[in-house]
Amino acid sequence: MSAVANTMTNDAILKVEHLSMRFGGLMAINDLSFEVRRGEITALIGPNGAGKTTVFNCITGFYKPTMGMISMQQKSGKSYYLERMADFEVTRDAKVARTFQNIRLFSGLTLLENLLVAQHNALMKASGYTVLGLLGFKSYKDASKEAVEKARYWLEKASLIDRADDPAGDLPYGAQRRLEIARAMCTGPELLCLDEPAAGLNPRESQELNKLLRSIRADNGTSLLLIEHDMSVVMEISDHVVVLEYGQKISDGDPAHVKNDPRVIAAYLGVDDDEVETVRHEVEEGAH
Amino acid sequence: MATVTNPSTVSAGSLTAKALREATFTAVMTFFMFVLFIGLKTDQNMRNELILVPRWGLLATFVAIAFFGRFAMVAWLQPWRAASKAAKDAAPADTSDAGFVKRNFSKLAILALVLYPPIILWLFGAQGSLKYIDNFGIQILIYVMLAWGLNIVVGLAGLLDLGYVAFYAVGAYSYALLSINFGFSFWILLPLAGILSAFWGIILGFPVLRLKGDYLAIVTLAFGEIIRLVLINWQDVTQGTFGISGIPKITLFGIPFDASPHGFAKIFHLPMSSAYYKVFLFYLILLLCLLTAFVTIRLRRLPIGRAWEALREDEIACRSLGINTVTTKLTAFAIGAMFGGFAGSFFAARQGFVSPESFVFLESAVILSIVVLGGMGSLTGIAIAAIAMVGGTELLREMDFLKAVFGPDFTPELYRMLIFGLAMIIMMLVRPRGFVGSREPTAFLFERKSVSGSFTKEGHG
Repeated sequence: MSAVANTMTNDAILKVEHLSMRFGGLMAINDLSFEVRRGEITALIGPNGAGKTTVFNCITGFYKPTMGMISMQQKSGKSYYLERMADFEVTRDAKVARTFQNIRLFSGLTLLENLLVAQHNALMKASGYTVLGLLGFKSYKDASKEAVEKARYWLEKASLIDRADDPAGDLPYGAQRRLEIARAMCTGPELLCLDEPAAGLNPRESQELNKLLRSIRADNGTSLLLIEHDMSVVMEISDHVVVLEYGQKISDGDPAHVKNDPRVIAAYLGVDDDEVETVRHEVEEGAH
Repeated sequence: MATVTNPSTVSAGSLTAKALREATFTAVMTFFMFVLFIGLKTDQNMRNELILVPRWGLLATFVAIAFFGRFAMVAWLQPWRAASKAAKDAAPADTSDAGFVKRNFSKLAILALVLYPPIILWLFGAQGSLKYIDNFGIQILIYVMLAWGLNIVVGLAGLLDLGYVAFYAVGAYSYALLSINFGFSFWILLPLAGILSAFWGIILGFPVLRLKGDYLAIVTLAFGEIIRLVLINWQDVTQGTFGISGIPKITLFGIPFDASPHGFAKIFHLPMSSAYYKVFLFYLILLLCLLTAFVTIRLRRLPIGRAWEALREDEIACRSLGINTVTTKLTAFAIGAMFGGFAGSFFAARQGFVSPESFVFLESAVILSIVVLGGMGSLTGIAIAAIAMVGGTELLREMDFLKAVFGPDFTPELYRMLIFGLAMIIMMLVRPRGFVGSREPTAFLFERKSVSGSFTKEGHG
């Protein structure tokens, strides 16, 4: 864990401030503020329909938030306001990569090709925006070899190397999840956003995933933000948990703190009508 | 017990009974379907009155064909296919390497194409070879080139373009107008026509970027019609439906193919013949085709080509990986259109005449069906499909003996579309992914395995 401690500094990599997202009459997110700290694994949890995926889509540029600010602070000191950027710019320039709740792989391309597509922008530059590559310049060949090596590294890391030349659509579900994470990492992100990475995985696959996520943080210094329903994953790997309910933050802190927060328990388990008073009392006590 | 002791004869007997039953049913269906279409024909008599002409004999032929066709299908074809499939499954998997021909297919095909004109000249003489080099060779290669160009847009990027012929028209008219009005040579105008077409590809691309699937198809279809209507109505420039004639021929680095003292035949001390020009055109379009293939193969291994294919598979995932889908789509439109423009300028030079008649929607449909029939994304499959479809059309013209069968008014080429339609339906039933349904990966780590067509997507527009 010492390696982790080294990379862990307390500055925020992503700051979400007063974020609101309205769909017609529905306030999906209401004045949400939280921080993702550099080198940490932050989990965003909450009951179904709490607005977790909406937050993700706002961060990664797929939605334009109604109000609020999302700022990304890179290691180099450059900062970006993500709410002003197009979705592909968020990945290309701000270095925030994401995965999807329903896996989105290029199923007809091989695993290797999937990872090469992810290195599009770097390769595009190396190929002189296609012109030099078309003429067969050496610079592109070198860059393309490097890209294959990078892909090999991630295939090995995700233990998918044996199936490198198979189509992505042919993989079992758990392997597809890992491939999607490897593909997102091939874009060279500083912050990786994972939308329910453990959904549909069996316990063994879940363990492999935890291992992969930990090593991404330890070896590559990438910060992680994940949405998760599987509490065993959340409690085991995350350093920091943010809980949402009805688009609002109800709790924020380390896993142990969140686990014992009565508001979180009430949100997840629900309470009977006659217990509302007691819970409110507990909640107020907890707040003091 | 009899069924158990003697299964083969019993099953054969019940099979015949089943076939008879189904054939009778089919015959009855056919009778009712065709009784008004075929059995009765409306006509006018001498006093301009509408009369019904019964054609029971023809109707009976149709019913009989349906009856025997169904009978043969059920009684013989289906058991035979089941048996051969069972035999194939029972046989051990064929692990031997692909044969020499299969491995070097493209090299052999190019070699055959290079040797095609001399062999034809040797076989049929200068005059007799014209038909084979011009109608079969050049005509098919133009369509191969067009289909390979469209393949970039439809097969790789997955954008359904029904107006591809518009770029062909832009290329053809660019060459026709610029060569007549400004006297530029083909070699300057060929790239220029490509650039102009690419420019129009981008112009089309911009408004349709947000559209997908059916909507994209409709807008591209409309674009094709707009270009054609402009060509018809802008009479000052294009001379409308009269078309532009007298388009200069291509010269071989300044050597014209004519009877003048500086002509090709005189310079090389050959007897005068129009075959040289055709052979020259054949090699020119072959070179253009090879250029298209080379660029397509190279582009597939470049990031832009991979991005096209990724776009076909999943556009949202592309954006999440930092790929600018706007420019990616525009380059697909532009490069596809550019090859259409090359083919167009070659077409204008070869015909010596262009008119809007040559750029109707039917042409787009034929090019698109070549791409679909060949297998989207596969250059080999598309080339085979072009040979089958365009060569098939030309063959129909040759079938004069059919006149003896169906009567002197029978013109086989009018049945072209009927045969196209049938071929498409049969292909979609037998090989829904086209002649070559699998996809060759653009990079590999350990071994190159082609990707089965069941994994690749057709794109969403």
